[in-house]
Amino acid sequence: MAKSPFGKEMKKGVLKRVLRQLKGYMPWVVATMLLAIVTVAGNLAVPVFFGQIIDLIIDGKPFNPQIFGLFTVIGAVIAVTCLAQWLMSAINNRITYNVVKDMRQEAFARLQILPLKFIDGRPYGDVVSRIIGDVEQFADGLLMGFTQLFTGVLTIIGTLVIMLLINWIIALVVFVVTPLSLFVAKFIASRTYSMFKKASEARGEQTAFIDEMIGNLKVVQAFSREDENLDKFDEINERLTKVSLKSIFFSSLVNPSTRFINSVVYAMVALAGALTLVLEMQAPMLVPSVVFSAGLLTTLLSYANQYTKPFNEISGVVTELQNAVACAGRIYEIIDEPCEVPDSPSAETLEMAEGDVELKGVYFSYSADKKLIEDLNVRARPGQRIAIVGPTGCGKTTLINLLMRFYDPDGGTISVDGKNISGLTRHSLRSNYGMVLQDTWLKCGTVRENICMGKPDASESEVVEAAKAAHAHNFIMQLPQGYDTVIGEDGGSLSQGQKQLLCITRIMLSIPPILILDEATSHIDVRTEKRIQDAFAKLMAGRTSFIVAHRLSTIREADLILVMKDGKIVEQGTHKELLALGGFYNKLYNSQFAG
Amino acid sequence: MRKLLKYLTHYKLQTVAAPLFKLLEACFELFVPIVVAAIIDNGIKGGKGVEYIICACLILVALGVVGLIAAVAAQYFAARAAVGFSKELRHDLFKKLQSLSFSQIDNLGTARMVTRMTSDVNQLQSGVNLVLRLFMRSPFIVLGAMIMSFVLSPLAGGVVAASIAVLCAVIFTIMLVSIPLYKKAQGKLDGVTSATRETLTGARVLRAFCKEREETESFNARNTALKKSQLFVGGVSALMNPLTYAVVNATIIILLYVGAIQVRDGLLTQGAVIALYNYMSQILVELIKLANLIITITKSFACAGRISEILEMQPSLSSGKPSEEHEGAYIQFKNVCVNYNGGAVNALDNVSFTAEKGQTIGIIGGTGAGKTTLVNTIPHFYDVSAGEILIDGVNVNAIGDEKLRAECGIVPQNAVLFEGTLRDNIKWGKKDATDDEIAEALKAAQAEDVVASKSGGLDERVEQGGKNFSGGQRQRLTIARALVRKPEILILDDSASALDYATDANLRQSIKALPYKPTVFIVSQRTSSIRHADKIIVLDDGKTVGVGKHEELLKSCPLYREIHHSQYPEEVV
Repeated sequence: MAKSPFGKEMKKGVLKRVLRQLKGYMPWVVATMLLAIVTVAGNLAVPVFFGQIIDLIIDGKPFNPQIFGLFTVIGAVIAVTCLAQWLMSAINNRITYNVVKDMRQEAFARLQILPLKFIDGRPYGDVVSRIIGDVEQFADGLLMGFTQLFTGVLTIIGTLVIMLLINWIIALVVFVVTPLSLFVAKFIASRTYSMFKKASEARGEQTAFIDEMIGNLKVVQAFSREDENLDKFDEINERLTKVSLKSIFFSSLVNPSTRFINSVVYAMVALAGALTLVLEMQAPMLVPSVVFSAGLLTTLLSYANQYTKPFNEISGVVTELQNAVACAGRIYEIIDEPCEVPDSPSAETLEMAEGDVELKGVYFSYSADKKLIEDLNVRARPGQRIAIVGPTGCGKTTLINLLMRFYDPDGGTISVDGKNISGLTRHSLRSNYGMVLQDTWLKCGTVRENICMGKPDASESEVVEAAKAAHAHNFIMQLPQGYDTVIGEDGGSLSQGQKQLLCITRIMLSIPPILILDEATSHIDVRTEKRIQDAFAKLMAGRTSFIVAHRLSTIREADLILVMKDGKIVEQGTHKELLALGGFYNKLYNSQFAG
Repeated sequence: MRKLLKYLTHYKLQTVAAPLFKLLEACFELFVPIVVAAIIDNGIKGGKGVEYIICACLILVALGVVGLIAAVAAQYFAARAAVGFSKELRHDLFKKLQSLSFSQIDNLGTARMVTRMTSDVNQLQSGVNLVLRLFMRSPFIVLGAMIMSFVLSPLAGGVVAASIAVLCAVIFTIMLVSIPLYKKAQGKLDGVTSATRETLTGARVLRAFCKEREETESFNARNTALKKSQLFVGGVSALMNPLTYAVVNATIIILLYVGAIQVRDGLLTQGAVIALYNYMSQILVELIKLANLIITITKSFACAGRISEILEMQPSLSSGKPSEEHEGAYIQFKNVCVNYNGGAVNALDNVSFTAEKGQTIGIIGGTGAGKTTLVNTIPHFYDVSAGEILIDGVNVNAIGDEKLRAECGIVPQNAVLFEGTLRDNIKWGKKDATDDEIAEALKAAQAEDVVASKSGGLDERVEQGGKNFSGGQRQRLTIARALVRKPEILILDDSASALDYATDANLRQSIKALPYKPTVFIVSQRTSSIRHADKIIVLDDGKTVGVGKHEELLKSCPLYREIHHSQYPEEVV
């Protein structure tokens, strides 16, 4: 396996962290190790006793009281071994599931403080699959590693030691064949690793293609692309089939190969054992100190059987553990992602703000090579209504990201009531804003829970009043359980418009001092919208508000209109002033009425 | 499941060969204890000497070699059959999914379709592989070992049979108890998954409302509940190994005791006792394998059921006879009703209108008024439940979907692009489009500057879903994609919503100036986008409440007036 030294270093680091993760469970780890020793000892002792019984039987002494004594001992050993084995599994489960829980919790907590840049910058599916899938795989690997690696190694060592004690010649024979078994397992594992990688790449490619085409099946059908897609699909499918045949076949060779080596070992033990026995009978002086018997031979044979089994398992465990380490690495990537600059200890809490918002010389861009906002200056005085207009991609939504401190500016300052927002706690800053976005998001839960998000202790009448103001009450009452209707993930069966109404209700209930309305009514039909506008107008009275809209009609009454283009404010003023200016705004506005 | 077996027909040889070779391997394994017994009885006790022993050991090795060859062959055939099976299944499934109608797509949902195609098929593939390899082998060895025991000693055989019964009871009880528990744990895992997804999709809102702590707490609660149920089911299934171990060893004790008596009475040789002991060990190993196999098979059966469900779906779009021709306008809607899934309310209710060639038809109305449904019936994406739609006098269900859709240029509401170059994407509209044709379409769609802004021009890579383009850019590119085929019928389903007014206006003008004069359907929420249409259809809850030109509707249609004035209060007459 060709691996860069860097990769190895990283792997080591990950392994260290996995061990650190286990620290809190040290007593359990010690317990499981002790239990593993008991289990292995029991497993190894039983064939010894059976061998002795067989010797007694061969000697023709079936009712020797010694046999019954041995039966009792074996029964006790089996009972203890079973109990130890079960306890060990139970403890291993406890350790693994707790570690999994810890890791998920840690990763999830991290998500809460990671900058939005991180969340915006990668597919949700990727993060989810790390926290769910990778952690799960990691758990499986860890569990297998725990149960099988440790007991496997113990069994191998124990078997060798007992074999040595029984007959060192036979033990030596087994010992010599050992590396062969390891070598074969390793050889196959390393071959299959690269094939598995290729197979999973091909599978990934196919999944991406399926995701894209099935996800947009309606467009595919509209353009009658079914045949082309099927051809492309078949091409990927063919490749996937080839590589997965190889990876499945080669990985399935491990078992027969080790089984074959097992049978060779078995034959050798039988040969060496039988020869020793014959020699013993024919010329006892040649094998002086060793007392060998058919019973001991059976014991040895059953060891020879048991002995290669852990090799089989360990070879499986190695791939499993490799995989687990890779998964752990992906989880740690999230946990290690630099989080937002935390609120400084001296950060002030912003109480009910007056609403004096000022941006001074603000610079911002999402990526260094693409400038967006440059030297932006805006002053919103308390109670003013600020409208932001401009073509798509001019930076309107970015401005909101900056105001809410979802992103920090690269330069310049933003202040509320004269206080630089970087010196305020994020929570207190955000509590002063009420936000309705174009992208309507609702959490999984009841309608009421969603409405009460900004004011968890709201009374029933407050909730209903807010819903009525947002014109959401009627449709809520038509839902099966009214305010207690559970809405599924991302709004479930509600229409875009209904979701937006609930988002507006959310704000109507908590009414913070500064409002941000980003295309707040884009999904609502015009009749309802008109009524909501009235409610908004009431809401905005006396509150500083920022409004983003395509429909210029909704912003005509603003105190200040900022016309943005390519991240800069190109014009600002009232509607009348801007029209009179005859510039960009004038053009935009008139295009509404152009053919 | 049975229906899916046909995907193995191309791999008949492999499907039969794999288990056969496995049986062969198992046979050789069953001989091993007999040979060992012979070594002890004849070689050592019988005094047949060193040569006999060496011979016997060579036979053991030979058995191993033949077993290895058989096993490798079996693994190969099994892998071939399983991989081939899933390849053909995936092909058919993909084909089937592509042929589903819009209402079937709506019903199934993307997530389900993708899961069927990926994880379900994969699960089934490993199921097939495992069944071919083990399903014959494990029962055969268990049975074989039992029969061999009977041959050695009927009494001992009885003991072995009884112990197999007990083992099966233990294994199945544990499985019966733990499978539903696993399902429950799986359900809790789904809860944790959706909590994770939610915190990502709702990051802005959650942070705006300072809900980080509550989110973490509720996640931790779900996570702990998941851990608890996993621990419980883990504890139950952890019983499996110790219990089987105990039963097998108890059986060995009984066997040895019974054997001892029979050896004393001369009914059994010492070697045979050892052979019995060995058979018991083999049974233990195989039963554990079988238990794992059954779990995989149960899972595979569930997957197979889900896949069959899709494969058995019938095409739901009707097709009529092409012979019936009618007189009249180019496109005619005659009392069209559309009903989704037998709902109580029609999505379109008794809609009638006509459109002449080259006309522009505007469609307006509130959310859920049926605008998208209306335009989706023209390319026959949905069947009408009553009435008929005629194009050039022929019912849309009689034209042939492919031919009909080739004449339509459709710009869907959701502006989606596909992975590939910009050129590839535009070529969706016309496979053999030249760069000149593409440039023409881009110009008409106001998308020239989108291409110009990208360093790669037409060769610029488009990421999956078109993520590297803004919403407005995507909309213009999807319009170009529809225009490049110079469609007879152009359908714009709210496709300018992300465009600013100036661009929107330019777009409408350039569409009007298209030399091939398509019949255009424009769905919009804004009156500005449709006010110059030749005919405007105003929809409300699936019904037409007004048909006519802008000025007429302003006078005659209260809903239209309301919509318009909510956008342009200054123009109140």
